[in-house]
Amino acid sequence: MRCSYSCRSAEHLVTRRSFLGEVAAGLGIATGFSGMVLPSVSAELERKQRQILVIWLNGGASQLETWDPKPKTETGGPFRSIETSVPGIRISELLPLTALRMHRLALLRSINTSENDHGKGNYLMHTGRRLVPGQEYPHLGSVAAKFLAPERSPLPGYIHIQPGGGGIGGKEAAFLGPKYGSLNLGNGKAPANTARPESLSVSGASARDALRSHLDDRFARSRRTAETDAYTTTYEQALQLMERREVFDVTKEPARDLERYGTHDLGRHCLLARRLLEAGTTFVKVSHSNYDTHNENFDFHREQVGEFDQSFSALLDDLARSGRLEHTLVVVMSEFGRTPRINANYGRDHWGTAWSIALAGAGIKPGVVVGKTNVKGTAVVDGQVHAGHLFHTYLRCVGLDPTDTYEANGRAIQIADPTASAIEELLA
Amino acid sequence: MNAPTAVEPADPGGAPATSPIEAEPERTHVSKELKHKSPLIACRFDPKGRFVFASAEDDTVQRWDLETTRQSALVGHESWVFGLAFHPDGETIVTVGGDGQLIWWPATAESPEPTRRVPAHQGWARSVDVSPDGSSIATCGNDRHVKLWSFDGGELLFDLPAHTAPVYRVGFDPSGRFLLSADLRGSVIQWDTGTGKEARRLDAAKLHEYNTGQGVDYGGVRDLAFSADGRFLACGGLIEASNPLGAVNTPAIVLFDWETGQQVRLQRPKEALKGVVWGLRFHPSGFLIAASGGSGGGYLLFFKPDQINEFFKLKLPNTARALDLHPDGLRLATAHFDNVVRICLMRPKPA
Repeated sequence: MRCSYSCRSAEHLVTRRSFLGEVAAGLGIATGFSGMVLPSVSAELERKQRQILVIWLNGGASQLETWDPKPKTETGGPFRSIETSVPGIRISELLPLTALRMHRLALLRSINTSENDHGKGNYLMHTGRRLVPGQEYPHLGSVAAKFLAPERSPLPGYIHIQPGGGGIGGKEAAFLGPKYGSLNLGNGKAPANTARPESLSVSGASARDALRSHLDDRFARSRRTAETDAYTTTYEQALQLMERREVFDVTKEPARDLERYGTHDLGRHCLLARRLLEAGTTFVKVSHSNYDTHNENFDFHREQVGEFDQSFSALLDDLARSGRLEHTLVVVMSEFGRTPRINANYGRDHWGTAWSIALAGAGIKPGVVVGKTNVKGTAVVDGQVHAGHLFHTYLRCVGLDPTDTYEANGRAIQIADPTASAIEELLA
Repeated sequence: MNAPTAVEPADPGGAPATSPIEAEPERTHVSKELKHKSPLIACRFDPKGRFVFASAEDDTVQRWDLETTRQSALVGHESWVFGLAFHPDGETIVTVGGDGQLIWWPATAESPEPTRRVPAHQGWARSVDVSPDGSSIATCGNDRHVKLWSFDGGELLFDLPAHTAPVYRVGFDPSGRFLLSADLRGSVIQWDTGTGKEARRLDAAKLHEYNTGQGVDYGGVRDLAFSADGRFLACGGLIEASNPLGAVNTPAIVLFDWETGQQVRLQRPKEALKGVVWGLRFHPSGFLIAASGGSGGGYLLFFKPDQINEFFKLKLPNTARALDLHPDGLRLATAHFDNVVRICLMRPKPA
């Protein structure tokens, strides 16, 4: 579903919330009477400060080697469970540092997405909806970029730090329009070509940009589309990014922080996530590969979860210390979990039937476990939820109403799956 | 890692007799199956050849009397047991596991109970061996340490933290003067057991790959074996890991000249076969036996040191995870995912 300016798309429509937000901001700046702002508008202002951090454990992390261990059972594998900072809550021994911070986390152990395909599971967990032909919904990052990011932010609202290559990921925004897509930082590197070539003078660059802007404006007066708008926005953001290129440079961080986060890629990427959140990026996603352990699940999880434990704990500490955790929702998730059954190659396979995620920060009740699986972890026995419930919950945590609607191609579409609702037990 | 002398078994399931007879590897066949209720991990014959022991995914070690097939359990670890080794007199078995514990057990007792336990490693302890004179025990683990313990008192003699990756295997050379430790990256360190000093390094890095696409380290030395004449050291593992997370790799052996420390050759299956060499033993007569398991199923592969490919292979009914050679030199034990220890006899099938 493309975003088109001829069809009263979401791009053209001013939602009640964004209207209030802009008016409120205007009132605050113009009159200086922010204390007289209506309560609903005040809430809107507060919402504007909310941020989201997603740690994406790519490939499907095993719930049994992380949040829902089943030691001494035929499905439990060789790792044991350990005590955490919350009496009665035990997690895998692969997470000793995270265990000490359990009082900041909530665990959800009762997800049944019934989806064992990587691509479909990925889409489902990012959108809260099943992938159906001909209908695409925006990812959480794009929703956050649209509804939570300040209009004139110098940084993109949705930044994805990932191993491998970088680039622009406009597809995640679906009908919201490509300007709410992700900026992908391949291997945590700054976007390509954001340094001014030495052969180009500052004045020369300014003159070139003025000409580009003039031509863009003239073109947009007659042929404006979401794509041309995204192009213009991206260009403007790129110029601002060039000014603030250092925000992507984790070597500016103290050496002790680099050591604390870990000298591996995930350590660098989580430290970069901290920098981006501090710089005001609304939605930051860090991908960690690779958990798709059909073979030697235990050795690979020891390696991967060990990295995650170090980097995640350091990041969580810093967010808490700075006070940012209060208004930043943190979600640790995958496309699915892994089978309780251990296969012939010491592996675990894809499993969407009974698995877990972890949450922290804005709107989340800390130190709780919601939902339960049976003794062997083969089925949810209490509080079963699916991805739609998760999406509702995320939106509630950051002050968005999941029952609000987008308008896309003339149709009103509820932001979150109308058949689901938020998981109240997780909400503070 | 002492190499046995081939001797005639008194009967197909019993203790060895004394008259040497020749193994016929091309006639190898499954002669017995011993079934547990949980997938098996590691296996060893005791030095007297009366029992076969196998660890299981239920955290136990199972013992079968080869003659009567009577089964007993050794219960005491809090995780899977990855390594088993015996004092040369056969009276004591030592085990290590995912709980980091090193445990001593009476090997022949009616109901073996732990007689000593030592917290040996942080995280998994992965391998154990006893020196040929029975005086010391070597262990290694994911904490990258190699440790040498006194057998009698359990005191730590040396803590050797020279590896930069999890250490997968330890083994004494036949003289007992040296200890070898081998890790995930294929680094093999030779230690002087008298001084605890590093004597030499051997390079089996061909058995390791870092897969950039998947972002994982994979491979490593899964087993070590010395030839009876002390001429060769073999390291088993895998090569050609195009998809580590999907078990797409080829079993392989790096063969070293022990005197020079140089690689003699890389040995591999003649035909395409997916798996890992989980177990390696040199037969006293000079050929090398490898047990492979993985996505291609289970196999016994028989190599001559001067050849790249096997001269015989036997397809096993299930993926194999470990191998040992009976003191009679005629029987092999393999531990399997389908809960079974298989005893293969390197002799013609009975008529």
